[in-house]
Amino acid sequence: MAMPRPNLTDALDRLNERPQPRPRIAVHKFSSCDGCQLAFINAGEALLQLAELVDIVHFAEAGPMDPEAAVDLAFVEGSISTPEEAERIQAVRANTRFLVSIGACATSGGLQALRNFNVDGAAGWTEAVYAQPEFIHSLDTATPVAEHVKVDLELWGCPVNARQVFQALRQLLFGVAPVVDRDKLCVECKRQQHVCVLVARGEPCMGPVTHTGCGALCPAFGRDCYACFGPAENPNTAALAHRFEGLGLLPEAVARRFHLINSHTPAFQTEWLDWQERS
Amino acid sequence: MTGNREIRIEVPVLARVEGEGALDLVASGGRIETLHLRIFEPPRYFEKFLEGRGYEEVLDVVARICGICPVAYQMTAVQALEQAFGVEPSPWVQRLRRLMYCGEWLQSHALHIHLLALPDFLGFDNGIAMAAKHPDAVRRGLRLQRLGNDLIKLFGGRSVHPVGMRVGGFHRAPDPEQAARVLAELRSALRDAEALVAFTAGLDLPEDDQNFLSVALRHEHEYPMFSGRIVSDGGLDIPVEAFPDRFRESHVAHSTALYAHLDDRPYLVGPLARLNLNHDRLSAPARAALAATGLRLPSRNMFHSVIARAVEIHEAVLEAIRLLEDYRPQEPAFVPVEPRAGTGFGATEAPRGMLWHRYELDDGGRVLSAWIVPPTSQNQARIEDDLRRSLEALGLHHDDDALRQRGETVIRNYDPCISCATHFLKVRVRRQ
Repeated sequence: MAMPRPNLTDALDRLNERPQPRPRIAVHKFSSCDGCQLAFINAGEALLQLAELVDIVHFAEAGPMDPEAAVDLAFVEGSISTPEEAERIQAVRANTRFLVSIGACATSGGLQALRNFNVDGAAGWTEAVYAQPEFIHSLDTATPVAEHVKVDLELWGCPVNARQVFQALRQLLFGVAPVVDRDKLCVECKRQQHVCVLVARGEPCMGPVTHTGCGALCPAFGRDCYACFGPAENPNTAALAHRFEGLGLLPEAVARRFHLINSHTPAFQTEWLDWQERS
Repeated sequence: MTGNREIRIEVPVLARVEGEGALDLVASGGRIETLHLRIFEPPRYFEKFLEGRGYEEVLDVVARICGICPVAYQMTAVQALEQAFGVEPSPWVQRLRRLMYCGEWLQSHALHIHLLALPDFLGFDNGIAMAAKHPDAVRRGLRLQRLGNDLIKLFGGRSVHPVGMRVGGFHRAPDPEQAARVLAELRSALRDAEALVAFTAGLDLPEDDQNFLSVALRHEHEYPMFSGRIVSDGGLDIPVEAFPDRFRESHVAHSTALYAHLDDRPYLVGPLARLNLNHDRLSAPARAALAATGLRLPSRNMFHSVIARAVEIHEAVLEAIRLLEDYRPQEPAFVPVEPRAGTGFGATEAPRGMLWHRYELDDGGRVLSAWIVPPTSQNQARIEDDLRRSLEALGLHHDDDALRQRGETVIRNYDPCISCATHFLKVRVRRQ
């Protein structure tokens, strides 16, 4: 378990120093599939209970609309991929005491960060997908929130689940630093006593380098993890990549394992580049 | 108050829709001059990401197009890939896929009726505020939504971006004990689903008949979900592969979603289109509950979409019970797949309408090209048509708030899924 970082404690102090005891919260959407907001919307009874504990002042998909309201706690879904979003995220930061980015898009750029590696730039793709590319206003990159503004807490996952979000929210409402489990997926998988899909079946499982939190779903279903929760702390990606090669994957296929949902993270990007060059 | 006054209304982002968009309206002399459903959800280039990917990766990628209907994307893609490879999944797999899809219909429809659409008809800003006055209705909705999610989890571990499906079948057969629990939940939800049909039919919905073309899949004997030919109430009856011959996508300045037309005409996909074209395919209990509401079909009133969604929830619960009753696990839960070069097509009924995919693959099973036509872009032209007629029928002499409210209600009828389509809503009304 990691110790709270200093900027987290400062932000926590600001959150705890709010003028009114009842917290005001906002949920903002940027470039995304809307799946992480569903951690709230799919929560059922817990969503109604949350509304008794806090004022939900902005949450467009659920209904409350006040995007520029000053809040105590803002949840941000999605990556920054348009000039408008780059401006809007600054306003979200300025209007909140504590900012939580939720999900792979917000924490790593997400799947759409694959555009960042396109040699022709996103413009080339705009031309391929849209008949009138001049109508599209998009940045060349899709980047995580933390590359634009200070983020106080990141909740990783594609998608984040209700347990993750409500656990962090509960801890913040108690005024304490949320504890995020930083184990690797393998540890959770072992606890659940699943047969190792890498060792027993030679599947290119990303579990050894992937951040825990999903509940080791893929191995439970007998398939290889595809790292949707992003890189764990200090991941030995080089060793795992070599192991994949040993399983018979071609260098290009090894590269692709690191180049999917969290391609923009330094650990996965390095490994992708390395194996891309070998292919 | 007259419709000739000069007024400007701006509502920054349309609430209670999935994704981001806006409505721009210019009215002059009491008539609407221009009306744009402006979709500004950022483009996410999924079709390009798929190029060069292995076929095993496709289902995990396409799920991320939409957090609300990932199962629809996976089902449509898997169908296309299996067609390209000449793979025939077992009837056991096909039954279970239909069962998993029932889960997505349940959760998506229950979410839409209760949290997104119902506040419009009961006079609230949002579902959370509505829950204080209508706790039973909202809780019933949340129960049905959870049941849908539980059904998806049975096959995929989680309801958003589930992990269990693969080309050829499933990675693992659902656990029988977990399946038995979901079956018990489904049986006890039957009463909720029946009550919901009567409840939506009892809502005070606006009367607004319009002429529109309904398009949906049609199957020999099933209510359409997973397979069938593409049909319309204008006489269209084509195989899935022939979609590009009759449907055209075009790109306009105010939208990052492409517009689709059938023979140059706007058309409707989604629950009301499906019900209009396929009510004779409902199971007997769903037909009986529908008949008890007195709803006459085909309906020309788009506001009946909320009833259609409730009917489909009822059908999904009935169908899921039927499919799960004699469930026996099979291992392996898939047939082996040999990739080969070729082209495959898929079309299924996502909760908000028909979804169409086409993939071209090389002999190693790598994607050469992907073409995805989501339901919301198909409905976009129809929504604009509807808005124009609905607002003129309501009367432009109404104040801006009433026009904005009606406009938003009309748009929500379509349950637009804008994240999917971009590849959605501020309301700006300008009167000159």
